[in-house]
Amino acid sequence: MVVPVTYYLALSIALFTLGVIGVIIRRNAIVIFMSIEMMLNSVNLAFIGFADYFKAVDGQMFVFFVLTVAAAEVAVGLALIVAIYRNRGSIYVDDLNILKW
Amino acid sequence: MQTLFFVLGAVALISGGLVVFQPHPLRSALWLIVNFFAVAGIYLLAHAEFIAAIQVIVYAGAIMVLFLFVIMLLNLRHPEEAPAIPHIGQKFLGTVLAGFVALLMIYGFTQAKLPAAKEALPGLGNTEMIARSLFTDYLLPFEVTSVLLLVAIVGAVVLAKSRLK
Repeated sequence: MVVPVTYYLALSIALFTLGVIGVIIRRNAIVIFMSIEMMLNSVNLAFIGFADYFKAVDGQMFVFFVLTVAAAEVAVGLALIVAIYRNRGSIYVDDLNILKW
Repeated sequence: MQTLFFVLGAVALISGGLVVFQPHPLRSALWLIVNFFAVAGIYLLAHAEFIAAIQVIVYAGAIMVLFLFVIMLLNLRHPEEAPAIPHIGQKFLGTVLAGFVALLMIYGFTQAKLPAAKEALPGLGNTEMIARSLFTDYLLPFEVTSVLLLVAIVGAVVLAKSRLK
């Protein structure tokens, strides 16, 4: 029994929405970051579902590149969070208001 | 196979919900690992064995170790504190907005007309086929990726080393 592509898309949408909710309602910058990772992961899931549906390897290539970008993004983002924590003593995003007027 | 998909999907959704809705950052990170493993299992069901292995190694391994390391470094053992000004209205509005985004995506996918599925290709998703594609059709993006990783390494070292003035 093959899993239909609709199921992959439904799960992908659900995970992406969870990630969006996490980015919106959480205050901790690290948890927001994890939610972003979850959104990237859900997009990967849609790519894999389509790759399986069309029997093409290109979807898997895109997942490969998304993974690379995610790794680079995590390295830079966590370094930023550490720098902000050193500088401000907090990683709650509503404490970071120096660009607000 | 569909049963397995439903089980893994339920695990992914529950652990994803726990990542978002539970206040301890450390537990969020641990549940995210469960989520990544469940998604890797779904990749296996979709005949993407190489990507499943990469998912476990890179995401559940390297990236989550980095997350846990930073959580340990910043000593975030306490749950997320309530903000000074409670903003329940914003949270509710944000969740409604996220639901609207979900509806938009569902609408887009139902409107899309997918061409019929192709015949099964032998050996889809194995490492040889991915490597062949990577070093012929996708050679330039692959090389650019290496530059991206180099830039990310340099940027991370610079940011983490010097104090932001």
